[in-house]
Amino acid sequence: MSSSHNDSGISGLVSGSEDLGLLRFLTCGSVDDGKSTLIGRLLYDRKLVYDDVVDQLREESKRFGTQGDEIDFALLVDGLEAEREQGITIDVAYRYFSTDRRRFMVADTPGHEQYTRNMVTGASNADVALILVDASKGVRLQTRRHSFIVNLLDLEHVVLVVNKMDLVDYSQSRFNGIVDEYRLFADGIGLKSVTEIPVSALRSDNLTYRSTNMSWFDGPSLLEYLETVEVSNRSVLRPSRLPVQRVVRPDSEFRGYAGTIATGTIKVGDELIAAPRRDQFKVTSILTADGEVDEAEAGRAVTVTIDSEVDISRGDVLAKATELPQSSDRLQASIVWMSTSPMLPGRPYIIKMGHKVAVASFEAPRFVWNVTTLEHVAARTLELNSIGVCHIDLDTAVVFEPYVESKAMGSFIVIDRETLETVAAGMIQFGLRRSENIHWHTFEVNRDTRRELMGHDSGVVWMTGLSGAGKSTIANLLERRLASLGVHTYILDGDNVRQGLNKDLGFTDADRVENIRRVAEVAKLMADSGIVVIVSFISPFRAEREFARRIMPEGTFFEVHVDVSVAVAESRDPKGLYLKARAGKLPNFTGIDSPYEVPEFPEVRINAAESSPTESADIIVAALVEAGIVRAS
Amino acid sequence: MNKSKPRHLQQLVDESIFIFREAVSEAERPVLLYSIGKDSSVLLNLALKAFAPGKPPFPLLHVDTTWKFKAMYAFRDDLAKRYEMDLIVHQNPYCLENNINPFDHGSARHTELWKTDGLIQALQQHKFDVAFGGARRDEERSRAKERVFSVRSPSQGWDPKQQRPELWNTYNNKLAQGQSIRVFPLSNWTELDIWQYIAIEEIDIVPLYFAAPRPVVDRDGLIIMVDDDRFRFLPDEKPEIRSVRFRTLGCYPLSGAIESNATSINDIIRELETGTTSERQGRVIDKDGIASMERKRQRGYF
Repeated sequence: MSSSHNDSGISGLVSGSEDLGLLRFLTCGSVDDGKSTLIGRLLYDRKLVYDDVVDQLREESKRFGTQGDEIDFALLVDGLEAEREQGITIDVAYRYFSTDRRRFMVADTPGHEQYTRNMVTGASNADVALILVDASKGVRLQTRRHSFIVNLLDLEHVVLVVNKMDLVDYSQSRFNGIVDEYRLFADGIGLKSVTEIPVSALRSDNLTYRSTNMSWFDGPSLLEYLETVEVSNRSVLRPSRLPVQRVVRPDSEFRGYAGTIATGTIKVGDELIAAPRRDQFKVTSILTADGEVDEAEAGRAVTVTIDSEVDISRGDVLAKATELPQSSDRLQASIVWMSTSPMLPGRPYIIKMGHKVAVASFEAPRFVWNVTTLEHVAARTLELNSIGVCHIDLDTAVVFEPYVESKAMGSFIVIDRETLETVAAGMIQFGLRRSENIHWHTFEVNRDTRRELMGHDSGVVWMTGLSGAGKSTIANLLERRLASLGVHTYILDGDNVRQGLNKDLGFTDADRVENIRRVAEVAKLMADSGIVVIVSFISPFRAEREFARRIMPEGTFFEVHVDVSVAVAESRDPKGLYLKARAGKLPNFTGIDSPYEVPEFPEVRINAAESSPTESADIIVAALVEAGIVRAS
Repeated sequence: MNKSKPRHLQQLVDESIFIFREAVSEAERPVLLYSIGKDSSVLLNLALKAFAPGKPPFPLLHVDTTWKFKAMYAFRDDLAKRYEMDLIVHQNPYCLENNINPFDHGSARHTELWKTDGLIQALQQHKFDVAFGGARRDEERSRAKERVFSVRSPSQGWDPKQQRPELWNTYNNKLAQGQSIRVFPLSNWTELDIWQYIAIEEIDIVPLYFAAPRPVVDRDGLIIMVDDDRFRFLPDEKPEIRSVRFRTLGCYPLSGAIESNATSINDIIRELETGTTSERQGRVIDKDGIASMERKRQRGYF
């Protein structure tokens, strides 16, 4: 729905004017600063709203509106039923409109602090941010918070929209006062390219046309600004990067690599590599939606063919051989946490960077930001809506660029391995070159040598289950049975680990995760030294047990679930712990007020209510024999 | 092929292609929900481009109600043949058996049984985990907040409060057991973009979008076309021939026409640019209450 008469036919643009393409902008500001009203009014003034929608709006304004008998323009934008009734914007809503000069996409995001994640989402897809301020209230905490996020997400332009000028009698000095205060803050956080415009959304001053009520203002109206602001295609000038999205092999004849060019340009004849590997090849053709081309630039979806048979897969990044990208398996990044479950340092998460998926674990944050005072605050974890800086370890090296240089190559999302929900957004600051500084030495005495010396293979028997299930009893019997078979063993349990190595840890979820991570790493080293390690820990979380499994060589990890109901364990209660927990004296006690996640596919499951400890130990020995770790006699 | 597209259209095309490729890269059984309308035609055109020089790696699924316009069925069958795409047509067996129709059962019930339930049956029967749809965010207010990759529970329900955040263009397409994803490559297109693209790419669409003399009756403020002899006239009601066209197509007794003389795509675009009513104005099913669309989608409607 273009605004008015348009003689250029299908192009939707006035002939002769430069085609500026699509502008994506974001509106943010405090709760009552009038974002939705601004957008609704802009659409209405430009006659971008159809009559039947206006009729519906009139009817709804009477029911839900806040403007008496007048049309409440905010209702045009606030989409979901719950929001209309509560009068707030919960989610990110996208709106579209076009004028003779440009096509616009608006992300309207909520102002409340508890919706920081929604604002980050909106900002990640925008070129320009409109930050609204109520002229009668001035710069507020929310204004600062939103400006900080806009700067963190590195938007190209910021407009400070000083709204409700009608409430301050269109006062120039009031406007200048707000501008001065804001500039001081904006300079402090390093915000570039800020433009200030005084408006009244309700009265339509300086929205689409320059207002006679503010003749002292000689800048553009908001719409004029949006129609003409240049979004310099920064990404085109960067080194060429084409992340491989899909290997295209429709038949035996054709083999190509499809993806969207992240930065720079790709030409036929370019000498490329597929990072992280270094084999060189030449581009032989480039296919786009408009057919074959000789050259394509950032933003275009292409399929390229090359002149050699290199092994290239989804997630690799095509780059010029003369402009090699960095790669690392350890990164420092800003993280915005978006889940109600806090980040657990050490726990494995999935990260998706472009088309590359890796397993990642976070260290405790180096700090989190107080986003209103900009102070660095110490923290052990990241909670919902907190923004911090963390070191991240990956199970594989990834090709990347710092976020400020390339959004496409420097951003990632974090996915929980259990729920598969998106729990965080990350922006890479730089790679930490651990992989280049610390080399794992390849010793001449290796696993095979040790197996010869010991006379048996090594591995980890990981016993998990509720307190009182009988893990320790079974572990002791198992160790005796193995000793009688000439197998070297060692038991790691709460008694010998909690009092030494892990005495700095308590029983919060984060500490439990770290506790198990350390135990898993120690077990791995001991198993590597040639012995059979018996680990006896409640280890209630599936993710940590999976971590322990993943760091061990295939086939040498035996998860043993000592399975018993809470009722049975509680009736045994050998150490009187359940009694204390029930009395509230032991917080976070597994089975009472902290969950136990039952193993899905353990190597051995022992029904501890039916099998005796001796029978249980025999079942485990049999499993080790069957796997070839130890011999039966 | 016209290569001088307006820049925003080229940006939208590239974005849609990116979405198609990303969705199939981690899908086991993708499918394209084909509704025969103009948006479906654009969707298919983009799918063909996204996977060229190969064929799109998925079939088309049409959830049929037996009440579409005759011209739509003819168009559908011709198109599947022309592009050599597999076409699955699903008709809810319960509806067939009980002759569910808009005249006896009303628009809401008719739509829920044939389309909402029919779609769920088809998706579950074929175990599709990714379903492409042609919905656009500009169609209706509650759509404005739908994600590009929209996760559905095993019962195909949609919970607007439990949506995954979508950051940059990094889509989380991981699925838990039984979940599926609806993917909307046209999310950021507007009605005008669709028509401009159809004009530039010379995409075939059902002739009902162009004005022609057609037999119609006036009902509850809508102009309804009499497409076959199943139509139930009210007492004293008689069809008259008027020059009309359709902005959206669905079941013929539920699709309101507009009076128009637009016989070419350029006529249609001109009409849109000066027009004063929205696309959904002609849909009977949207009039079931202010937030009716949002509620339908929570149930699983597309």
